[in-house]
Amino acid sequence: MRFVLDAGQRAFADSLDAMLTAAGTPSVVRDWSRGEHASGRTLWSRIADAGVFALTVPEEYGGLGAGPVELVVAFVELGRHAVPGPLVETVAAAALLTGLDDPGPAKRLLPVLASGASTATLAPGPYALDADMADVRLTTPPGTNDLYLAPPAGAAEVRRSLDPARRLFPLPPGGELLASGPQVAVAAGHALARGRLATAAQALGVGLALLDRTVRYVGQRSQFGVPVGSFQAVKHRLADAKIALEFARAVLFGAALTTTAADVAAAKVTACEAAYTTARAALQLHGAIGYTAEYDLSLWLTKARALRTAWGGPRECRALVLSGRDRRW
Amino acid sequence: MDLAFTEEEKAFRAEARAWLTAHVPGSPLPSLETAEGFAAHRTWEAELAAERWSVVNWPARYGGRETGLIGWLAFEEEYWAAGAPGRVGQNGISLLAPTLFDHGTEEQRARVLPPMATGEVVWAQAWSEPEAGSDLASLRSRAVRTDGGWRVSGQKTWSSRAAFADRAFGLFRSDPEASKPHQGLTYLMFDLRAPGVTVRPIGRLDGKPAFAELFLDEVFVPDRDVIGEPGEGWRIAMSAAGNERGLMLRSPGRFLAAADRLRGLWRQQGSPPSAHDRVADAVIGARAYQLFTYAAASRFLEGASLGPESSLNKVFWSEYDIALHETALDLLGDEGESADSDWAEGYVFSLAGPIYAGTNEIQRDIVAERLLGLPKGRR
Ligand SMILES: Cc1cc2nc3c(=O)[nH]c(=O)nc-3n(C[C@H](O)[C@H](O)[C@H](O)COP(=O)(O)OP(=O)(O)OC[C@H]3O[C@@H](n4cnc5c(N)ncnc54)[C@H](O)[C@@H]3O)c2cc1C
Repeated sequence: MRFVLDAGQRAFADSLDAMLTAAGTPSVVRDWSRGEHASGRTLWSRIADAGVFALTVPEEYGGLGAGPVELVVAFVELGRHAVPGPLVETVAAAALLTGLDDPGPAKRLLPVLASGASTATLAPGPYALDADMADVRLTTPPGTNDLYLAPPAGAAEVRRSLDPARRLFPLPPGGELLASGPQVAVAAGHALARGRLATAAQALGVGLALLDRTVRYVGQRSQFGVPVGSFQAVKHRLADAKIALEFARAVLFGAALTTTAADVAAAKVTACEAAYTTARAALQLHGAIGYTAEYDLSLWLTKARALRTAWGGPRECRALVLSGRDRRW
Repeated sequence: MDLAFTEEEKAFRAEARAWLTAHVPGSPLPSLETAEGFAAHRTWEAELAAERWSVVNWPARYGGRETGLIGWLAFEEEYWAAGAPGRVGQNGISLLAPTLFDHGTEEQRARVLPPMATGEVVWAQAWSEPEAGSDLASLRSRAVRTDGGWRVSGQKTWSSRAAFADRAFGLFRSDPEASKPHQGLTYLMFDLRAPGVTVRPIGRLDGKPAFAELFLDEVFVPDRDVIGEPGEGWRIAMSAAGNERGLMLRSPGRFLAAADRLRGLWRQQGSPPSAHDRVADAVIGARAYQLFTYAAASRFLEGASLGPESSLNKVFWSEYDIALHETALDLLGDEGESADSDWAEGYVFSLAGPIYAGTNEIQRDIVAERLLGLPKGRR
């Protein structure tokens, strides 16, 4: 029992953090929100070079064969830097492909996903993120055990999200049949759990970034002749955010270790609620500047709300927690 | 990073489970906030201690099994899952004992710890005073040097279980001239039945004498009952409290068991959708607290000090405890008004959580200033 990150895992987080800080993600996010993907693609290949998309891909398909803990470490950092794009979707698609009976689609697609040469998306609900730019678009039409490679979505079909950087598309029907049979459903379940875990990690990262920025802001902004961060009402709101985030962190890494459906669902609820609580505090404590699109804080604020719904909202996840078996912990 | 227990830990857990299954009283003991319940709990603590289950992480020479923190956490999970009674020795075990381990003399440990482990001597914490609550360092009760010891006078209050306890530990002002309020305090132990001590029980919300006021009039305390150096009381009292209290004051095992019971109650009531989210949050919260504690214990075992981090803990469990019990009372419907259920007893107890052990306002200040680095403001 050693429930703390080891030195290698911490170093991995630090190196990603340094790389993403240097990359200046806010301007990438703004490009992405306008449907301009060039700067995002460049960032994507750097993230791939850091090994993020290869992490949980088996070694025979060009992956690193690492565990979900490393994946969570990476996605916390991606969330902290508000990196846009179908990041979660790409690792979920890779999990789906890995889980099929027939190794054909995995052989064909996993190496390019792991290397970052291709991006992927799929639709856990009615919409798929970034289906206009993703190279691999997986669909499993409801009520079937079929897996298709869908045609690209037209840019005109974009649905606006509360987070401008999340560009949602209904996936067009049809395309190439990749696999069929009951194992498709099993693999899709596996992909759902993976996507949900990565989303929870991303949400925690979003919350941590919001807290950090807000702590810095209230330490600098003065009113009544003192920093607003010296007012107890301000401090207590941030203390509550800190408490929520630290407990969410524990649930998240616990879920990465057990990967049970109930633990992953618990991680999704806890991380998303903590991030959202922090977003509300961050907005309030920034005053009017926080309510503007031009100030970078908005990039995280809007994401905190959108991620609550993505990959299974709070209701659905709580139901999973309650349907989980009783256990002697 | 892993959550795996060693074979040794698993064997210990299995042994604990077997023993508890065989020994936990079949029907709940009366409330430990009553004279009758207090006596029944003492008997239970003695039974636990007889086979060294009362303080599993302590050294063997004081009655423990040297399981370490992880073993203690595992034992607590088994203890509460088995439906075992609340611990009447809690205050001594979680507050005084760690202080003696760090700052006491070997003579003090050998004298004080074994009877604490058996429940033969139950300890009360005498920190708060009528004029010194959150601002504890402003306390006024004093200790004056005399032959072979100290004469202690003043008034302490809100002392949990002092109505039935045997001895108490507390902070006293030994140097009224010290320049700062935190200085010139001495930490000492005294007998609640010593000449000059008057104990006045105070009824909590439901009238049960859960705490008491202590009036001290020239009470003699021998030198051997001073913990650490005279004048160093504040530092000594705070150091052990910061590190181990955060971990050990409320074990996750307790909330895991309570959340399981709540889920059972919800199902028994036909799984009403109106309580769905709150019950799920209770289940998640217990898991969160367990995992957070495992992480804190892991860092502690790596040598980290957990001082201000224990404030995260305190706010979390105290608010969690209330939410869990409120949900249970709501689920009980008309029966939720009844004061006789275990849920009601737990509810009344939970309401005090955000007040004692440093109010949650004070804990939030600590989180904001010491963990987030926000500027100190006017208090
Ligand atoms: C059930 C129970 C058991 C207890 N057991 C013990 C025991 O065994 N031994 C013992 O010594 N004590 C015990 N206490 C006392 C407890 O530690 C004190 O009640 C606590 O420290 C608060 O002090 P107070 O009651 O004087 O409240 P006050 O300090 O008067 O506070 C009143 C209110 O003002 C708020 N407040 C005070 N200062 C600040 C600030 N700087 N910023 C924001 N808000 C502030 C407080 O948070 C609180 O809400 C117990 C209390 C209870 C309820």
